[in-house]
Amino acid sequence: MSFSIKREGEVVVVDVEGQLIVGNRQELKQKVLDEMEKGEKKFLIDFSQTGYIDSSGLGVLVSLSKKIREQGGELRLANLNDDLKTLFELTKLDTLFQIADTRNRALQSF
Amino acid sequence: MERFRRTASRRCPLSYHSRMSTALDGEQSRDDRRVVEVDIPSDVAFIETVVELVRRECQVMAFTRRQIMLNVPVALTEALSNAILRGNGDDPAKNVHVRAEVDTRRLIVEVGDEGVGFDLDMSERDPTKPENLNREDGRGLYLMRKLMDRVEMVEVPRGSMVRMTLNRE
Repeated sequence: MSFSIKREGEVVVVDVEGQLIVGNRQELKQKVLDEMEKGEKKFLIDFSQTGYIDSSGLGVLVSLSKKIREQGGELRLANLNDDLKTLFELTKLDTLFQIADTRNRALQSF
Repeated sequence: MERFRRTASRRCPLSYHSRMSTALDGEQSRDDRRVVEVDIPSDVAFIETVVELVRRECQVMAFTRRQIMLNVPVALTEALSNAILRGNGDDPAKNVHVRAEVDTRRLIVEVGDEGVGFDLDMSERDPTKPENLNREDGRGLYLMRKLMDRVEMVEVPRGSMVRMTLNRE
């Protein structure tokens, strides 16, 4: 499991590879916070290579969403598979986040 | 027919003291059953390994793809992190015991810790209410209940144990 960060224009894109769970959620949080420290404001988290997410992982996404908003930034999510979509629907977090079907659509939505 | 139990020990990928046994009933038909038992120290780094062990057995028993990719890993991760972080207070000297019994009808997985346990009925706040949506925490038990058919606290002589049941679809 790892997180890779790339820039696509003005957007910082984070790929979540493997699981986003209690054991690695802080790593994701820190990586995004580091980018915010550098002044980045637009973030896209891409889940095309993600296995599963637990409640801690969801909690970190909620926390990052708040922090990014507080700094006048935006967070988008993309490429949730059907299982991950179900997870977001069960927790109603699909109503909290802006979720795009593809990376390109998410990038265009900023 | 007299049933027998065969126990096969395998080398477990966990580096601490741990054991895994597979017990198979003699009948290979509907009574075929596999049991995984693992003890892990209280360290969240072990969660994925345990989840994989249990997932693999569910795959053998032809659970649905969704159950293998969503229900089992998420609910078990929640139970394990709860036992490690809350039950055992993240103390690596304390162990978490996992026993999963899988057959073609259902998965029953028990996660035991050395803590005092909690009241399932008192532990839930609805995380989907608008006022709770922005909270970081409070979704673990909710997800366990949503993703499993049954979640219950089991009385054990020492520590506490949660038992989750998932019927194969």
